[in-house]
Amino acid sequence: MKGLTRELIGMRIAKELGQGMYVNLGIGLPTGVSNFIPEELEVILHSENGILGYGRIATEEEWDLDLLNASGQPVVLLPGACFFHSADAFGMVRGGHVDITVLGAYQVSEKGDLANWAAGATKIGNIGGAMDMCYGAKRRLVYMEHTTKKGEPRIVKECTYPLTASRVVNTIFTNLAVIEVTPHGLLLTEVAPGVTLEEVQAATEPKLTIAEGIKEIAL
Amino acid sequence: MLNKIVDTVDEAIADIGDGASIMVGGFSVAGTPHNLVAAVSRKGVKDITLIGNAFSQFLASTDALGVKKVICTVPLPHAFAWGTSPVDQGIREGRIEVELNPQGTFVERIRAGGAGILGFYTPVGVGTIIAEGKEQRVFNGVECLLELPLKADFALIKADKADRFGNLVYRMAQRNFNPLMATAAKTTIVEVDEIVPLGSLSPEVVDTPGIYVRRVVKVPKWDIKPRYLG
Repeated sequence: MKGLTRELIGMRIAKELGQGMYVNLGIGLPTGVSNFIPEELEVILHSENGILGYGRIATEEEWDLDLLNASGQPVVLLPGACFFHSADAFGMVRGGHVDITVLGAYQVSEKGDLANWAAGATKIGNIGGAMDMCYGAKRRLVYMEHTTKKGEPRIVKECTYPLTASRVVNTIFTNLAVIEVTPHGLLLTEVAPGVTLEEVQAATEPKLTIAEGIKEIAL
Repeated sequence: MLNKIVDTVDEAIADIGDGASIMVGGFSVAGTPHNLVAAVSRKGVKDITLIGNAFSQFLASTDALGVKKVICTVPLPHAFAWGTSPVDQGIREGRIEVELNPQGTFVERIRAGGAGILGFYTPVGVGTIIAEGKEQRVFNGVECLLELPLKADFALIKADKADRFGNLVYRMAQRNFNPLMATAAKTTIVEVDEIVPLGSLSPEVVDTPGIYVRRVVKVPKWDIKPRYLG
């Protein structure tokens, strides 16, 4: 894969997190962001199954089957953690209390539509909390690979996969670039080391506007 | 004397019959009432409507629990599922009807069901398949879907401790759907690790007031080492 590795995309996203932020990391790739949160930065992770303040993945000795993250992985707790039920967990997001959600994606459209629960025409798929996570959080960030394994763009004019939500994505982070979704279209603000502007545009279906002050992704 | 304790899981579910709607708590293996689920599986009922977040974690069920329809948010096992169950298989093979809900809407419908709220509006799902067939209305420029309450004949839930009034305390992330489902069923049945004498649960710590609970049964500590597919 050209540009950053999958893990390093997470390292770049971790730079968006600030002291005291409440952050939800989606299932799959986005959970990797927690590996890059600096020790001295107090970020409080929110889990849709009713936890604030969980930490890293637990070792097998530390496993507690009542203490799982949204992916079902055993985790450990940090000081200041608390538990609550699922209605409160979703109320926190929908009610606008969470600062950042990081979501995986199959596709993102040029208007910021998100498709991440089914990869093809289907009525049965795992929606989970993804649709709710798109409403209320102050910023919605997408963590994804820029193209499919066959090299087709995942940033598209219109999503062809079933939608998770309409016009919700704020910023897209991929192995090739960082792209802002604006009312005037997609704005390319950062490019991965060793990747050209032309390569990013060639891998993206809608036209990208190049930001003044565009720079290289710095990790 | 008000005593909601019964001795066995089979007694606890004695009145679950064909055609019942059953809510089952739990998020992944945490807070899933594994022993009550196994008991329903043994009972051999049919035409059941099952309401729960997901069903992969029904590791103790030997069959699809006679389920004909599910209302859920995660119908298929995913990468970090702890196993798969016959209910998943029934869904994959098209033998079980699926009604999908976004998880936040799902739990809010259950909260509404238990609290006497007859409908509510949420922006979640607008513009997706979730919106099909639902009334929409705009509030403050935001398009919303009308969602209706969810109630059930039975709720099978898991808690850590109970007293004979059915007051419940949960442990860690066991809570998830259990406190809401407890309120939304005609008969709420809870399996717990420990039953404590009346008065020893401080009023300060009670999570689910016993008003919602019909039957309490003590069960052995969940023993199977789930296969971690991650």
